[in-house]
Amino acid sequence: MSAVSSSKTIAVTINDTVYEREVEARKLLIHFIRDDLDFTGSHIGCDTGNCGACSVIVDGVLVKSCMMLAVQADGATIETVEGLAEGGELTALQQSFSDHHALQCGYCTPGMLMSATALLRTNPNPTDDQIKKALQGNICRCTGYWNIFEAVKAATADMA
Amino acid sequence: MSGTTVIPERVETQKPQKGWAGQSVPRKEDKRLVQGEGVFVDDIKRHGMGYIFFVRSPYAHAHITSIDVSKAEAIKGVYGTLTGEEVAALTDPFFQLSTPPGAHLKDYALAVGKVRYVGEAVVAVVAETRELARDASELVEVEYEPLPPVTDARRAEDPEAPILHEDSGSNLMWEGVYEWGDLDAAFAEADRVVKIKELHFHRFNSTPLETNGALVEYNRGTGQWTIHTNNQFPGFAAIMMGPAIRCGLDKLRFVTQDIGGGFGNKITSHPQLVVCCLLARKLNRPVQWTEWRTDFHLSMSHGNERWFHDTEVAVKEDGTLLGFRTCALDDAGAWLRYEPLGGVIWAQVTPGMYRWRNIRLEFTQVATNKAPVSPNRGYSRMQHLWFTERVIDIVAHELGLDPVEVRKRNYVRAEDMPYETPNGCVYDSGDYAQMLDVALDLIGWSGAEERRRDAAVRGKLLGVGIGSTLDSGTNNFGQARMINPELQFSGNNEVATVKLDIFGEIVVTLGTTPQGQGHETTAAQIVADILQCSVDDVHVRAGHDSYWNSHAGFSGTYASQFAVTGLSAVKSATEMLAAEIKKLASAIFGGVPVEALELAEGSVRIKDNPEVALPFMACGAIINANNAGLPEDLDVTLNCRYVYRPPFQVPDIERKFGNLTLTYAAQVHAAVVEIDPETGYYEIVDYAAVDDCGKRINPQIVEGQVMGATAQALGAAMHEVFEYDEDGNLLTPNFYDYHVPHALDMPPLRTGNIESPSPFTPLGTKGMGEGGGAGIHAVCAAIQDALRGHGDAIVYDSCNPYHRVWDMLQHPERTRELVEVVQA
Repeated sequence: MSAVSSSKTIAVTINDTVYEREVEARKLLIHFIRDDLDFTGSHIGCDTGNCGACSVIVDGVLVKSCMMLAVQADGATIETVEGLAEGGELTALQQSFSDHHALQCGYCTPGMLMSATALLRTNPNPTDDQIKKALQGNICRCTGYWNIFEAVKAATADMA
Repeated sequence: MSGTTVIPERVETQKPQKGWAGQSVPRKEDKRLVQGEGVFVDDIKRHGMGYIFFVRSPYAHAHITSIDVSKAEAIKGVYGTLTGEEVAALTDPFFQLSTPPGAHLKDYALAVGKVRYVGEAVVAVVAETRELARDASELVEVEYEPLPPVTDARRAEDPEAPILHEDSGSNLMWEGVYEWGDLDAAFAEADRVVKIKELHFHRFNSTPLETNGALVEYNRGTGQWTIHTNNQFPGFAAIMMGPAIRCGLDKLRFVTQDIGGGFGNKITSHPQLVVCCLLARKLNRPVQWTEWRTDFHLSMSHGNERWFHDTEVAVKEDGTLLGFRTCALDDAGAWLRYEPLGGVIWAQVTPGMYRWRNIRLEFTQVATNKAPVSPNRGYSRMQHLWFTERVIDIVAHELGLDPVEVRKRNYVRAEDMPYETPNGCVYDSGDYAQMLDVALDLIGWSGAEERRRDAAVRGKLLGVGIGSTLDSGTNNFGQARMINPELQFSGNNEVATVKLDIFGEIVVTLGTTPQGQGHETTAAQIVADILQCSVDDVHVRAGHDSYWNSHAGFSGTYASQFAVTGLSAVKSATEMLAAEIKKLASAIFGGVPVEALELAEGSVRIKDNPEVALPFMACGAIINANNAGLPEDLDVTLNCRYVYRPPFQVPDIERKFGNLTLTYAAQVHAAVVEIDPETGYYEIVDYAAVDDCGKRINPQIVEGQVMGATAQALGAAMHEVFEYDEDGNLLTPNFYDYHVPHALDMPPLRTGNIESPSPFTPLGTKGMGEGGGAGIHAVCAAIQDALRGHGDAIVYDSCNPYHRVWDMLQHPERTRELVEVVQA
């Protein structure tokens, strides 16, 4: 092990604002987002890439941000849950999550919303199985997923 | 964040209407949570804070021969360390709930002299960053002298078994014999005796997605610690921590806001919180601890693993159950962190949902070299109810009876309510047979035989299973005295404060620590009904803070009680406030009698002359800021605190008799499975969950709890196990190996409910949320039903992954050996 790590200055765009910071080479993107930039909406639930609580959208692609180093995001455009609502107006998905009681503790919710957002952007009218498959990478321990599925499905119809 | 414009919050006041309680009001919590604006413990930062990482034992059992932290401490950016030796000097061992031998345990916040399970915390390292703390921990040199471990509770009392705690002399921690009724008479009256050699309830927990954590600050001037945490029972943590670190409880300020799931697994973080407190003081800086996922799996709150040995069931030819005897062997793991309370908590539901009156249970709890157990959703009752449900199905199976009929014949009947169980618990209300009918209807029971034939054509074995459970809520802590008569606990309490502030704001403060149960919403519903205003006008503070003076000894969120304890406190505090508002108005209106006044539309007014009204804003302003000239004897503060205390007596310790919980919510689940006999792979093809928790304040929230508990049960029934090898290594220390359900795993679900208001609670509510164990029972029953006529295996374990089903198909005789039916 080495206590002294090399660092690098990176610039990322998060929710339309550019941030330039020096980061340790081994710092995970999720820790950079949460600890260095204070976007604490994205969460950590597992450290192994299983739970999806840290899901964000990097250059249009859904990414588990604990599976990526911050330095790998140099120059990237990142969307987090904090960037979904515009002007205080919840997105259809966010509203649908509340309407359908698709969240209880709310810890997995930001990751779920990012996964569902990514799905509906690329596939506005997914089948039931496609919805479940899109949520497969996100663990929720409170709801049993039934209401999350209903929330995403309802947002699909709304957008159509 | 994007730009600097501050957008004012949009306020859309929902229209006041008649009766907020009983409606699925959208949750007040959601707006912040869907925008990532909740505040969870790891979100909290302080200037100069250090990150804690724990060095953990790689051995299940070993002497610690030396610890050297010098290399770690020499690293730039490492703030310091804490060892077991320091902990032993600075603190006293945690208070033990048990009588001897368990009472002799010397449990400290870090391992002292010896480690007793893989993952036990040995040293804490604090550094400038998370990464550095973790790296530096690798430079801590700990030398161990390994000892043989004991990992199977059944071997723990063998003479040659290694002993975990020399102070207690053996691995026995606590034992007690419970007997009610007349067992001899019951077995004499029986036509048959069904004997079951061994049943096993496995080790798992609810794995909340947010792990445990804290940010702790020490104020040198006042000697007080502020503990921002996600501990879900600060009252318990406080009474464990105060004596240990030799301070009064006023020195421990607990603060919570949003908690990412708890399920009981966040009750016993007091050892880690003590480490945080000691380090904050030692290093004179805020310290932050967030458990890594593997740390959680290795060390936190495994659910109680339990064996049931030598069970005998007295039964009539027609399936009438007369009584049972059994020996329960509970595996506590290495320490008693909340135990041995599990040794009595099960007794809340002694007969399950059935009318048998003669019961004997010998309870033994032993220590093993595994992680300590602590409450997990359904704590201790789930294990016992799984046992009673297994007994029902095995009896039906062996006697050739229909499990539905056996249940209906033996269920406590609606006309028997309130029903006193053989051990003095009072089932407050309910209609279990009707619930079963609803569940069977939801899964299409009438067409089951046709579906069975249809599945057979496809080469599949179809089975239907039922799981019935009780969700006993609002503990009488007096039951702890059955474990240890010296314990000075009894009853229960919860606190709410409701006030009218200077601009008329209605502010509610709770003592609870919700983890997704929507307390802000349901509390607002109760307040809005009493004050006749909108839920949007009610501001419920998020979380718990000891500084708010709105807590009592049992404050927290655990054990299915908010709808009773929390909301009853809210109701009474709000009624006090309503009375004070009228008293004030009476004075302002020149002596109009309070009986002539009413609350309506956010004001107090004269019933017969509604034009004469005083808005809440005026009330708040007068009392708080404009009170000159008010009558001297006007005793009004508009700040009302109420402590709800349920009506309990101390149980009869000698007879182990008394009412242990105030309410009994009930669940009946039904599962339909299809098994592929070639592989043991199975799917749940239909599922129904029927719930009765009395009056529902917010049906959508209740249904959400039913769903979530069901999902956890299905995960536990099919996959989730904290599995250890013979050396005491945990084989499932992360979400790769510990398989929790995913979206694609969920079966089609239908929910139903009936509503039997509790006659014992102010709102007719019952605590609920833990009833999901029914899913484990239902899946076990369905598998056994599917195997009927295909080897007739006995489902003997609460967890049935595909390989175990395959084993039961291949070698049913191995399970058949567990059961014997004797003609009495």
